[in-house]
Amino acid sequence: MVAAVMSATEPKAARRRNWAVSVNAWLLLLPAIVLLATFTHYPILATLYHSFFSLGRSGPAEFIGLDNYRYMLDDDVFWQVLRNNFIFALATVPTSIALALLMAVWVDKKIVGRSFLRLAFFTPTVLPMIAVANIWLFFYTPDYGLLDQFLKSLGFSGHNWLGDPSTVMTCLAVMVVWKEAGFFMIFYLAALQSIPPELKEAASVEGASRWYFFRRVTFPLLMPTTLFISINALINSFKLVDQLVIMTKGGPNNASSLLLYYIYEVAFNFWDTTYAATLTVTLISILAAVALTKFVYLDRRIHYQ
Amino acid sequence: MSEILVNAVSKTWGGVGGVDRISFKAEAGSLLVLLGPSGCGKSTTLRLIAGLEEVDSGTITIGGRDVTHLSPAERRISMVFQSYALFPHLNVAENIIFGLKVRGVGRAERDEKLKKVADIVGLSHLLERKPSQLSGGQRQRVALGRAIIAEAPVCLMDEPLSNLDAKLRHEMRTEIRSLQQRLGMTMVYVTHDQTEAMTMADRVILMRDGHIEQNGAPHELYNEPASDFTARFIGTPPMNIMSWQDDAMLGVRPEHISLIERDGVPATVRTVEYLGADSIILCDVKGETVSVRQTGYCSLPAGTKVELGWQNRHIHLFDRDSGKRRAAHALS
Repeated sequence: MVAAVMSATEPKAARRRNWAVSVNAWLLLLPAIVLLATFTHYPILATLYHSFFSLGRSGPAEFIGLDNYRYMLDDDVFWQVLRNNFIFALATVPTSIALALLMAVWVDKKIVGRSFLRLAFFTPTVLPMIAVANIWLFFYTPDYGLLDQFLKSLGFSGHNWLGDPSTVMTCLAVMVVWKEAGFFMIFYLAALQSIPPELKEAASVEGASRWYFFRRVTFPLLMPTTLFISINALINSFKLVDQLVIMTKGGPNNASSLLLYYIYEVAFNFWDTTYAATLTVTLISILAAVALTKFVYLDRRIHYQ
Repeated sequence: MSEILVNAVSKTWGGVGGVDRISFKAEAGSLLVLLGPSGCGKSTTLRLIAGLEEVDSGTITIGGRDVTHLSPAERRISMVFQSYALFPHLNVAENIIFGLKVRGVGRAERDEKLKKVADIVGLSHLLERKPSQLSGGQRQRVALGRAIIAEAPVCLMDEPLSNLDAKLRHEMRTEIRSLQQRLGMTMVYVTHDQTEAMTMADRVILMRDGHIEQNGAPHELYNEPASDFTARFIGTPPMNIMSWQDDAMLGVRPEHISLIERDGVPATVRTVEYLGADSIILCDVKGETVSVRQTGYCSLPAGTKVELGWQNRHIHLFDRDSGKRRAAHALS
C-alpha cells in the first residue's frame, strides 16, 4: 500500500530504493553464489562439456559427440557396477530404514537405560567410515577374523568372506546397514516425540491395540520422515564408497565395485578423464531423478503437519 | 443405568500432586463438573475415571461394574481432550469413525451412524476436510462427534472449551449441555472456568490441592459456600471476605452490599468498572478491597468517601484458621 502510493507521487525515489534493496540482497548472497558456482555449478557444466570430447592424449581434444556414451553402453564393467549399485541400494535402504524405525520405537519407550541404548545405537554414525571399514575388515578376515573364529567354534570351516564374489556384497551391505541405521534412528526418534501423547490416549479409549495404533496413526504420521530418510539412504548408497578403498578395491573381479568407485578408478587409476566425466554425468542424472521423484511425486501423497 | 462411583481414590506421583482419598458419585444421566484452579487434581480425577492413569488405592465403578483395573476401552466411555487429539492425517469422517473401525463395525452401519452424528454436530459439509483445514470450533465438533458416535453411556470431557474464543465458548457450552441431556449421557466435565461450571452443571465438585472442597448443586456453592476458598472461587467478582473478629472472617456478595447515607462501614472509592448492565465499585475498607455491585451506570470519582451497608441475612462467616463456614446464627 505505502509503496504503491509512494511510487505514484515519487516514482524515481521509489525505483532507486528498490534498486538499492536488490543490490543489497545480491551482495549478501554473493559469497554463497561464488562458492556454489565455483565448486558445484561450474564443475557440473564442465563435466558435461568434457563428456562430449576425446581424451586428447595424442594431440588436442576433439569434439566426438555421444561417442563416450556409446562406449559406456558397451562397457561390461559399467553395467556390472550399475547393477551392483542397485542391488546394494535395494539391500541397504529398506533394511536400514526398518532397523532405524524398530530401534527408535524401542528407545522411545520409558525403559531403564534408555539414554545408554540411544547412545549405543548412535555410536556407529559418529565413527568415520574408514575406521568402520578397518574394524569390519577384521571381522571378515579369513580364518582368524571374528566371524570365522565364531563359526569355527560352532564347527564350521573358514571362509574368505570378502574374497568370494557371492558373499562380498552381502558383507558390505551388512556393514553399511550397521553404520547407517543409528543415524536414521535419530530422525525417527525426533519424529516420534513430536506426535502428541493424547493421540495414543484417544486411541486407547477407543480400544485400539498398540499394533493398530502404530499401523493406522504412528506410521502414517512418520511418512514425511520415512521419505526424507529413504531419499538420503538412496543417495548415500551411491555416494558412500570409502569402505571399498579399504576393504575390497572393488574386487574380486568387480563383484563389489560401485558406480562412484568405478568413476574414481577410471579417473585416477586409468586417467581416462573424459570417460570418467561421462560416467559422472550418468551418476548425477540418476541422483537428480531420485530427487525429482521426491519433490514432484511423493511429496504430494504424504501428509505433512 | 450408568452412574459413576468414585470411592476413596488416591493417586500421587512420588508424593507430589495427584488426589488424596476422594469420593463422589455422578448420577446417571447427569452432568457433573469438576472445578478448580490448575493443579488441584481435577484432570487427574478424570483420567483415573477414564483409566488413563492407574489408581494407587480406592475403587471406581461405572454402572455398578467395578472398572478400577480395567483398560480405558473396557470401561465403555468416550472422552474429549483439551487439545481435541484429532488424528491429523485422517479427514473428519475418518476421525469420527475411528473407534467404530477399531471395533470392526461394518461399513453400512458405520456410514449410517456417521451421517447421523455429522448432522448432530453440524459437520455434514466438512467430512472430507483434514483437521488442519478446520477452525477451532469445527475441530471441537469433530472431537465431540467422535465421542458420541460410540453411544457410550459415559462421556468424559477435559477442558474441552479452553482453546476457543469467548463467543464460541458460550455457544458450545449450550450445545454440549443440550446434547448431554438429549442423549441422556452421564457426563463428567473438567474446567477451571466457574462460569462454565455454574451454567452447565447439575452438580459441581470444587477441588483444591487434591481434595474435594465442596460438592453441591451450583446454587448451593454460590449461596452456601462451605469455605472461604469456595466463596472466593465462585462468582464474578467473587465474594468479599473481610476481617471480622479475631478468629473469624466475614463474607458478603458484591450484589448484597449497597451504598447508604449513614451508620454504614466507612469506605473510600478506588475505581469503578462499568460493565453495561451494572457497575462494580471497588472500595477500600481499612486496607482491604471490597467490591460493590450497583445496577446501571455509576460515576463516582476515585477518593470519594462512601458508607457501605448490608443485611445480616446475607452474611457468611468463616473460621479464620480452617476457612470453614460457621453456622449463620453464630452472629446473633
